Amino acid sequence: MKKYTDTGKKDTRSGFGAGLLEAGKANPRVVALTADLKGSLKMDAFAAEFPERFIQCGIAEANMVGAAAGLAITGKIPFVGSFAEFVTGRVYDQIRQEVCYGCTNVKIASSHAGITLGEDGATHQTMEDIALMRALPGMVVLNPCDYNQTVQATKAAAEYDGPVYLRFGRPSVPNFTNAEEPFVIGKAIIMNEGADVTIFATGHTVWEALLAAEALEAEGIQAEVVDIATIKPLDDKAVIASAKKTGAVVVAEEHNLAGGLGEAISGVLAGGCPTPVEFVNGQDRFGQSGTPSALMAAYGIDAPHIAEATKKAIARK
Amino acid sequence: MAKTNEELKIISTQVRRDILRMVCMAKSGHPGGSMSSADFLTALYFNQMKHTPKDWTRDGKGQDVFIISAGHLTPVYYSLLARTGYFPVEELASFRQMGTRLQGHPSVRKGLPGIFQASGSLGQGLSAATGVALGKKLDKEDNFVFCLCGDGESEEGQIWEAGMFAVYHHLDNLIAMTDWNGQQIDGPVDSVSGIGDLAEKWEAFGWKVITADGHDFESIAKAFELAKANKGSGIPVMILFRSEMGHGVDFMAGTHKWHGSVPKPEQLEDALKQLGETPLGDF
Repeated sequence: MKKYTDTGKKDTRSGFGAGLLEAGKANPRVVALTADLKGSLKMDAFAAEFPERFIQCGIAEANMVGAAAGLAITGKIPFVGSFAEFVTGRVYDQIRQEVCYGCTNVKIASSHAGITLGEDGATHQTMEDIALMRALPGMVVLNPCDYNQTVQATKAAAEYDGPVYLRFGRPSVPNFTNAEEPFVIGKAIIMNEGADVTIFATGHTVWEALLAAEALEAEGIQAEVVDIATIKPLDDKAVIASAKKTGAVVVAEEHNLAGGLGEAISGVLAGGCPTPVEFVNGQDRFGQSGTPSALMAAYGIDAPHIAEATKKAIARK
Repeated sequence: MAKTNEELKIISTQVRRDILRMVCMAKSGHPGGSMSSADFLTALYFNQMKHTPKDWTRDGKGQDVFIISAGHLTPVYYSLLARTGYFPVEELASFRQMGTRLQGHPSVRKGLPGIFQASGSLGQGLSAATGVALGKKLDKEDNFVFCLCGDGESEEGQIWEAGMFAVYHHLDNLIAMTDWNGQQIDGPVDSVSGIGDLAEKWEAFGWKVITADGHDFESIAKAFELAKANKGSGIPVMILFRSEMGHGVDFMAGTHKWHGSVPKPEQLEDALKQLGETPLGDF
């Protein structure tokens, strides 16, 4: 089994900030907008380097999305950044009309996604954003797993011509992927090969899946871990191939069941390779205040819960 | 070559004929606001905008841009695009039909020249217009961005978000217009919401406000002249065009009932008779 090393904990939002700066240097058409969350979105470096291309919108997310669409019409590549709930649920119609139906090259930079936003509680924690964004025709949905991958995903989003939803988080988490690995939109990444069960994970749950696989190995279970960094378009071929190989599947995500990665993968498998699937997610709940790790444990979205789910999936073979 | 007021009057009469014939053929659409905005939009498209319809591209480089925030006003919008040469006038007959480029609300997905942005979900077009205006500023382009809002539409909070944004970013290349006809689907605007005095509101938001008679070509021309002269001031302009829903046809004028209703065949005949034929001819 391939071993991954945490090279030092970092937040994925800082990966976005670093990627945005690089994208801005590579292409003068890249601009960044925020609704009074420049610091939280780690846009400071971009704003300092390109003051004219940093656009403060105030606490007015709906207008921010529309203004971004207008900038895109003139050929700019706008990244609009706020907390995940406020750049999805709050502005769903604006994204639908102005960005997706309107065919504008806007990138939705979605920070503090999921329950690991932590202490601010349920008003600010969204466990529904993937569902909302997946539902939009033509929207690309990216959910990188660590700092390095978020840097690369941000650069890939800037290079891609069309709407992108880029989801990342607040807490410092292990940084373990190859910093030089370019991000390929639409490609699932096999982190570990295994014969007994496949764990499809996305975002913060990829590290948890690797921890679970390590624990399972000690018990003689060979788990395949697949990083679904692109939730849409889903890498159907890779999903089916892995499910055919192992015959049992677990899907882990920091999101609720409805409309999330679990349902997306179930949909692919139903058509291509019916396989027992177990789900590790927030089910059908709102979050609450707490530390990120305490919340992940309490909501059952951590390594021990993933390991437990693999056994259930294997038992159903 | 600028049109005279007499010529504009003839064109806007033809545009009103187009509006009514389009909605009657489609048996759906929004004639009321299309007719209240027909005169000042005719002046905009024929005399005020710097645009070359045959070379149109969506990025609007080197062109003035118009975004229709009140996206339901497609009858007047499509008529003007056709009459200024963006696409053949005959295509107006396809309005709202299966497979048409002339969707019920503007779409950028059907390849219809002249459409910069999809609209129809109210309150959003002004934001897009601010973005285009800011993009033109970043590109050091000298062109104007025009945007049409409805007075009923201004009940949307996002309009006022865009209002603050445009002032904060000094968008003096943005000329917004409101078709102040005082009517919306459910009744007179005053009876549906507490929108109040739009002039005072826009002034309070820091905009330069110009009020004009939306059916008087002299007043309309003066308003655009003042609006364009505002460039360099660092603040955006709102032209409030006082207008009448359904203007030009007696039984349609001044009532919300024609916001989204279509005349019966005998009413259409009556309306077209009232408007009279023009040398431009029907589509």
